[in-house]
Amino acid sequence: MSYYLALIGTTDNPIYEAEMGTYRQGGDGVPKFSAEMKELNPFIVHAAIDIVEDVQWRSNSLYLKAVDEFYGYYISAFVTPGNIKFLLLHETKNDESIRQFFNDVNDLYVKTVLNPFYNVNDPITSAVFDLKVKQLGKKYL
Amino acid sequence: MNKGIKASSDDIWKNRVDKVNAELFTLTYGSVVAQLVRDFKNDYQKVNQQLEKMGYNIGIRLVEDFLAKTGTGRCQSFKDTAEVVSKVGFKVFLNVTPQVTNWTSDGKTFSLILDENPLAEFVELPDDERAKKELWYSNVLTGVLKGALEMVQLEVDVNFVSDVLRGDDRTELRLQLIRFLKDEMPAGED
Repeated sequence: MSYYLALIGTTDNPIYEAEMGTYRQGGDGVPKFSAEMKELNPFIVHAAIDIVEDVQWRSNSLYLKAVDEFYGYYISAFVTPGNIKFLLLHETKNDESIRQFFNDVNDLYVKTVLNPFYNVNDPITSAVFDLKVKQLGKKYL
Repeated sequence: MNKGIKASSDDIWKNRVDKVNAELFTLTYGSVVAQLVRDFKNDYQKVNQQLEKMGYNIGIRLVEDFLAKTGTGRCQSFKDTAEVVSKVGFKVFLNVTPQVTNWTSDGKTFSLILDENPLAEFVELPDDERAKKELWYSNVLTGVLKGALEMVQLEVDVNFVSDVLRGDDRTELRLQLIRFLKDEMPAGED
């Protein structure tokens, strides 16, 4: 199983993306998207932004569960209070662990925002952030 | 004597110091540095200088508050001074106690190792190559030490030699005693 995570800024600009594989069921943590899917991932995820913007006002929680589906791929969303969208493309439904994953990514994102040299909507280039997100992927996905 | 210093500075920290939220403090300092970096258009040498200057102005005032709060007497030697700076000064104002080490044999130069740096929480330096080589993010501390010690007749030279923010394995400040000042007019008074 493979996962594709994108963080989307307030002007619908991508600020971070990562592909992750699962470590569950003997997985080795390497994403196994086909070459075709690799190119499609950002499109599918970005297509879901409209739906997220619809759903986010109808829900009280930050975590919006699976908002969209595309030929067997689900897109789950999380919107921070500052309107940064976390979108995760995944193959099986697993609301609870994805919720925990998003919550922890949100903690990391908050720490990034607290860095005085980081401006909102800038791409996140920190290697530490990248590493920690991947550790969270290993823990929850 | 050391135990006495530690106990009383713990007590002062607990009872006589007004506290401020840690994130507020860190972010305030962070936005000052970030703004300086923008104002000087990423000229990190100038940012370092400016931070030191700001620190100096803090230090020459802060030392009065420090003496009033702690009632510290005159130090017998520069070694005493080092202990007081670490165990009382840093403790009372930042609630950390840097280690005092690496004395030179003439007893005029030592290092302060900051295991924790409340100024630099959450911070990652900009990744433009130069920042990690040139910017001393917490350089305000060098100014504070210089200013404060100058007001008690110690002319010192203070520099950062390493910083965990740059990827070093510890944050180290080097203090060198230049001379004891006789009763002179403070710099900048004329």
